[in-house]
Amino acid sequence: MSEFIQFLTDRYDLVLKLLWEHSYISLIAVAGGFLIAVPLGILLTRTEKINTYVIGFVNILQTIPSLALLGLMIPLLGIGAVPAIVALFLYSLLPMLRNTYTGIREVDPALIEAARGMGMTSFQILWKIELPMAISIIMGGFRTATIYTISWATLAAVIGGGGLGYLVFTGLGLANDNMMITGALATAMLATIADLLTRNIQKMCTPKGLKIKRAN
Amino acid sequence: MISFHHVEKSIGNTSIIKSLDLQIKAGELFVLIGPSGCGKTTTMKMINRLIEPTAGKIEINGEDISLADPVELRRSIGYVIQQIALFPHMTIGENVALVPKLKKQDRAKIEQKVDELLDMVGLDPKVFKNRYPAELSGGQQQRVGVIRAMAADPPIILMDEPFSALDPISREQLQDEFVRLQKTINKTIVFVTHDMDEAIKIADRICLMNDGEVVQLDTPEQLLQHPANEFVVNFIGAKRLRKVKELHPNVSKKAATLPKWSIS
Repeated sequence: MSEFIQFLTDRYDLVLKLLWEHSYISLIAVAGGFLIAVPLGILLTRTEKINTYVIGFVNILQTIPSLALLGLMIPLLGIGAVPAIVALFLYSLLPMLRNTYTGIREVDPALIEAARGMGMTSFQILWKIELPMAISIIMGGFRTATIYTISWATLAAVIGGGGLGYLVFTGLGLANDNMMITGALATAMLATIADLLTRNIQKMCTPKGLKIKRAN
Repeated sequence: MISFHHVEKSIGNTSIIKSLDLQIKAGELFVLIGPSGCGKTTTMKMINRLIEPTAGKIEINGEDISLADPVELRRSIGYVIQQIALFPHMTIGENVALVPKLKKQDRAKIEQKVDELLDMVGLDPKVFKNRYPAELSGGQQQRVGVIRAMAADPPIILMDEPFSALDPISREQLQDEFVRLQKTINKTIVFVTHDMDEAIKIADRICLMNDGEVVQLDTPEQLLQHPANEFVVNFIGAKRLRKVKELHPNVSKKAATLPKWSIS
């Protein structure tokens, strides 16, 4: 135990640097994923014909083992943080795409009909009815994607992307348990904090009227 | 006035409405009734162009609605549906104010109108305006549903089985309130139902449909006393007609000779 604390105090600057790297790699990947997945998910609800293909394609992306996907990035984008971010971005798409699509599809059709019958345009229906009704589910997808991405980002170190994975893999290589444990614990901690944070974001985004339990 | 001229609707090879001609007078409460699949809801939804006819023409005050902008048209016609469909993420006040806001009416005026309407259906604005739909009972919700349709003062209101999802007591109450309300607001109301009691209670005229065609279009009294054919007799039901016979001894022969298999 004292050795472990010794390691932390000696190398805290490295740990902090890697923690920062890990955070921004994950954040950029998820933010990028959000910006693509949500509009794409909305689009899929409007064009039912292509949705099976798109979701199928993203599903295939998801089934590629993460290490293999990272490996595939090397011939395309070389090594470093960029290919890692791209790979993580691809992974983050599915949970957010699926939740956006499902969230909007599951809005009660009666609400949409009422909105249309009252003279709302398609855009107004999307913006004022469908998105507020689906936002909690969409942000749920964001939450899942964030947590997954943080744990997968550990692998970024394999292709020189940095992050806390560096401690895990180097620790493994050097048989340095303290280094490895630090990497693992820090990743777990980061994921837990992200979980709390995204949970609160999800709650904040949920409209007040939807939080009320039906009285009857 | 709403008029249908040879209106037809078919989906694929299935004909849903067969050459419909109808005149709905301004200010009347016009009830469309019939068994499920008779085309009553389709007929109603063609008025605000949620469904487009395959052939024929529908006019409102002499103007062909197919030439109007559907969004503008719908904003000028109130719409109430069976599922109530208050927007759960909006307060009661926001729900009622929706169409006036879409029409960009003056805010102060909208607020005043919302309060006025809530008062009219016995929901104290101070208590209910900032509540959410989930906090209201079914009956209260549909009261809001009805006044939401009236908020922009449309001359026409379409109502698709608005009370049928309610429990019997709330339904009776809302029907009574509605009849009273209709006398004061004097709007053209097209009301779809499958409930004959409801139709008799509220209608100025009843249009009984079957298989995409009008079977009989009459006042409730005429319909009860002079049913046009066996289908009408059957649809109205033996019990109800017997009651009419007791009240009015001069009912038609058709009504007096009821088939045994008629539903009550």
